Amino acid sequence: MDETVAEYIRRTVLKIPRDEIKMMLQKWGFLSEAQLQTLNFHQIKDNISQEVVQLCEENSADIKQAAVLDIIYNHIYQNKRMWSVYQMKKSGEELEYFDITDFKKKFKRRLRSALKNVTITFKEYEDNAIWIRVAWGTPHKKPNQYKPSYVVYHSQTPYVFISSSVLKSTLPLLCQALIVASNYHDIREMELRSHSLNSLKDIVFKRYSQNFQTCTPKPLQAGNVEPENEDIRIVDENRSEKERIHRLNQEVFGSGPQPKLEFAQYRLETMFKSDPKMDVLDKKEPFRCLVKFSSPHLLESLKSLAPAGMADAPLSPLLTCIPHKARNYFKIREKKGLYPQSFVSP
Amino acid sequence: HLATSLPLPSERDHLRPRIDLIVFMIDLKSKYSLKNVETSLAYVDASFFLGKVCFLVTGVGRVNACSIEMNAVCKLGETYCSPVLFCELELEGIRATTAQRLVRILRICAGHIPGVSALSFVSMMRKSDAD
Repeated sequence: MDETVAEYIRRTVLKIPRDEIKMMLQKWGFLSEAQLQTLNFHQIKDNISQEVVQLCEENSADIKQAAVLDIIYNHIYQNKRMWSVYQMKKSGEELEYFDITDFKKKFKRRLRSALKNVTITFKEYEDNAIWIRVAWGTPHKKPNQYKPSYVVYHSQTPYVFISSSVLKSTLPLLCQALIVASNYHDIREMELRSHSLNSLKDIVFKRYSQNFQTCTPKPLQAGNVEPENEDIRIVDENRSEKERIHRLNQEVFGSGPQPKLEFAQYRLETMFKSDPKMDVLDKKEPFRCLVKFSSPHLLESLKSLAPAGMADAPLSPLLTCIPHKARNYFKIREKKGLYPQSFVSP
Repeated sequence: HLATSLPLPSERDHLRPRIDLIVFMIDLKSKYSLKNVETSLAYVDASFFLGKVCFLVTGVGRVNACSIEMNAVCKLGETYCSPVLFCELELEGIRATTAQRLVRILRICAGHIPGVSALSFVSMMRKSDAD
């Protein structure tokens, strides 16, 4: 077995938390159940990984199998990576039957024609997700297995989720290969990024709870503003206001859990508006400013702002449009024309 | 009765009993909290400031998260001639003690304790000034 492969397998196993190593090796399926029984999972990880490498040596593992183990690790720990969303466009309306073998063949052929030294690995999952791992090399160097790109493609949709390699120049090649393989003619990056791959899927596949107008506009639990059993001796003077805020919040955010995003970024290219007497910024130039909201769970915190009394309801549509518009990066420019409000660029 | 700010919504005027004590809660962690109290004070009738108003400052346990100067709060108490109580709502023991203190103040303001009235608080405040 190649020394680089051995080292790569050793390092991959070291990344896995000790309690999960057995499960992941089983998922991998490269080592037999009998071989797994010989492993002592109660020793320090260094020793476990050495033993795993030895067993892989017995089975003559090559980089292809090692890459599959890496995909499995990244599939389970997908939230450690930052994912961007790309949308592909078809030229015509034809609904072609998706053939996975054809897709793989075209993808490999396209990439290899541009770059000989690449390691390409595919793994399909039950939710129709195709995971692709690409390790990049140069015409003179073997692929760097430690800086791969990951692509998640749901074949029934035009969306691709990419966690790109730090080697930036590889992205155009990757996009090219994707559209060729999937028979689309264009691909564009959406302004939507997050660590939570599932939340990104929820947003673009519209799987999160949106508020739909039903025939009973008044919610059935009208009095459910205070879920805790409050003492009836406590009188809330602002009860109607609280109920109004709750109702508005429900209308905007729906009643289910929000997709998980970590930030929203607004790049302002608007004119600075100040009191003319203050004489600030005489020049008629846009005032460049970047506003970034960060949170472990941005949408849930936005949802709780008004009920917590920290913001007025309704919230600015610039904040509440994030899941509907499927974006968390915005450019705001002056709108030229009748309306004095700022214009959000598409 | 709980309210987020003053004036109180007029739609509930007919449901409200006589008000004996107003407790303004100031969260040391929130500048907005102090500002809100200062704005609401303008809506309080002058007669309440004869011992029927007090300030309750919360969040004193987390010194690092304070956004309001203690001076500002104490000055507020002096300006309006009203006592300032300090507490930390997150600790159950202090919560219970503070509640007991407030109830005792309320009983005096409501006239339930013979021989002591709300005006006693005012004279207590004046005394510390003279020192």
